[in-house]
Amino acid sequence: MKKKLLLGLAALSVFATACGAGGSTADGDTIKLGAMFEKTGPVSAYGSAESNGVKLAVKEINEAGGVLGKQLEIVEYDTKSDNTEATSIATRLATEDGVVAIVGPATSGAVQAATQPITRAEVPLITPSGTADNLTVTESGEVQPFVFRTSFQDSFQGVALANFATEHLQSEKAVIIGDSSSDYAVGLTDAFKNTYEGEIVAEEYFTQDDTDFSAILTKIQNQDFDVIYLPAYYEQAGLILKQAREMGIEQPILGGDGFSNQALLDLAGIENVTDVYYSAHFSLENEDEQVQTFIDNYTAEYDTAPDAFSALAYDAVYLVAQALEDGGEATPEAVTAALESITDFDGVTGTFSIDENHNPIKSTLIIEVQEGKEASTQEIQP
Amino acid sequence: MDTFIQQMINGLSLGSIYALIALGYTMVYGIIKLINFAHGDIYMVGAFVGYTMINSFGMGFFPALVTAMALSALLGVLIERIAYKPLRNATRIAVLITAIGVSYLLQNGMLYFYGAGVRAFPQVLENKLYSVGGIKVSQIQLMIFGTTFILMILLQFIVQKTKMGKAMRAVSTDASAAQLMGINVDNTISFTFFLGSSLAGAAGVLVGLYYNTIDPMMGVAPGLKAFVAAVLGGIGIIPGAMIGGLTIGIIETMVSAYGNSMIRDAVVYGILILILIIRPAGILGKHVKEKV
Repeated sequence: MKKKLLLGLAALSVFATACGAGGSTADGDTIKLGAMFEKTGPVSAYGSAESNGVKLAVKEINEAGGVLGKQLEIVEYDTKSDNTEATSIATRLATEDGVVAIVGPATSGAVQAATQPITRAEVPLITPSGTADNLTVTESGEVQPFVFRTSFQDSFQGVALANFATEHLQSEKAVIIGDSSSDYAVGLTDAFKNTYEGEIVAEEYFTQDDTDFSAILTKIQNQDFDVIYLPAYYEQAGLILKQAREMGIEQPILGGDGFSNQALLDLAGIENVTDVYYSAHFSLENEDEQVQTFIDNYTAEYDTAPDAFSALAYDAVYLVAQALEDGGEATPEAVTAALESITDFDGVTGTFSIDENHNPIKSTLIIEVQEGKEASTQEIQP
Repeated sequence: MDTFIQQMINGLSLGSIYALIALGYTMVYGIIKLINFAHGDIYMVGAFVGYTMINSFGMGFFPALVTAMALSALLGVLIERIAYKPLRNATRIAVLITAIGVSYLLQNGMLYFYGAGVRAFPQVLENKLYSVGGIKVSQIQLMIFGTTFILMILLQFIVQKTKMGKAMRAVSTDASAAQLMGINVDNTISFTFFLGSSLAGAAGVLVGLYYNTIDPMMGVAPGLKAFVAAVLGGIGIIPGAMIGGLTIGIIETMVSAYGNSMIRDAVVYGILILILIIRPAGILGKHVKEKV
């Protein structure tokens, strides 16, 4: 109910800003920024958080006088967590709406679906949380000329988690329970398998519409292992955490950035989210002044604390603003060229530079959760 | 051995849910020869009613279960009256397509009202774990077995011992002859929808509680699997739906447990194909030649 209200408010505020922009300024006086997010559907929690982050950043930038003397205007669509929809929205944003850059979508599959149309139209796209390796660099090693991101990629995440399991959890035998139906989880699984030094005693896979994991969990319960690696989105991860802990499986559970969502706690039940470690882009406990200001502003605006997804999306908008300033003109070509050479960008998810593969060079945090609360944070350098 | 029994318990929990849904398919088919594809979505609506009752009205488990059953039952009757009754003399395919339409209407209606996001079902039962000689059964699992068992006994009693049940059986054997005997066929059909939908509503609440997740699309996959269960047991036969449901639940679990969890769904639908080729009437069905 609260979420619906919040979405309603968010929608209203977009409407209001859109009206304001349309009423007070002529078309040529604003710079259009495209946004496409999974605001409904299975991964709507990511998309909604990112959409909020984008709106907050744009609001702040406009209040501070805009970019290149012009106000930013958001053109936003909902991809409904559907990759086919993502393709058509990307086409529309890039060809009809005349945006200088697109922020979104949140998931790797949707970014892949949007890549072709934006490349054809030569409009840059910055995904806040698309972490699959092949989004920015194709399998054959070519850089996608118009795709950028503000998050670290899966291979780095999987490697960091595998090293963390060995070095900090002293684990020697791992079980993998992975989602086989998302590019994201498959990428995480591969990276972990290639790096983990111990033995992988069992691998179990499920698909996105599964809700019953009791058979898989009963099966692994009798195996000898000391850590569970769970690359999955919050929707299944939450249920698996619940079912595993209720069954009495006590081993630590490791996961990717997909865990960083309030919905995970709701689905799993707070008492079941114990001994859980996940890689994250952002931590609420960060003392940095810029981060604290962001948290305060976000909380004031939406009545809820930001998560990593809203922070990454927030950074993505500032990244575009910086590229606009650097490039000096509001065209997709200038923004693309400027994005490629951004160095030492100071965002709320860390300071980073964009490398030649369009990935940010940044560190990852591994957050430890006990009883649903962040217990400690470790920073792992790239 | 312990693991095997543990997996059997997992399978029985899942199977009980399928059985509850399959009963509705089978009763409706038995009486008007319609595969009610909207049935899986009535199960979904039941889950949402339970969710709303617990979340917004602060009800306990049993009052929420009963309310969900009652409202699902009314919804079932309403659908029958509005969508299927005017088509009583139409071709079977016309009614079938209407059923698919109703299914989409329910899904998208719930999408409109509740949004597409996944919701966590409020945990009204403390989840205790009972352990007997290394085998663990959770309180929710016991609740699922208990509720399913009681509802099935109740259903058997209604169908076999009451006047309405007799009317149901009569209409299912020969509707026009039953009408000549003074049975109100329309009311009997509505009553069948009432019973079947209330069971689906109960299954919805139990699933919400067991898996702690509900969304407007949750009815699609279990609906199809319950349909497979009904066909496996012999569609139109009430005990067949129970056997079919439990069998599918156990097979699914065993495939994940001792085979590959990736081919689980393929096995279930493979069974549908096999049973249609080898024994179309199902486990309990008698092979009756259709008169032309």
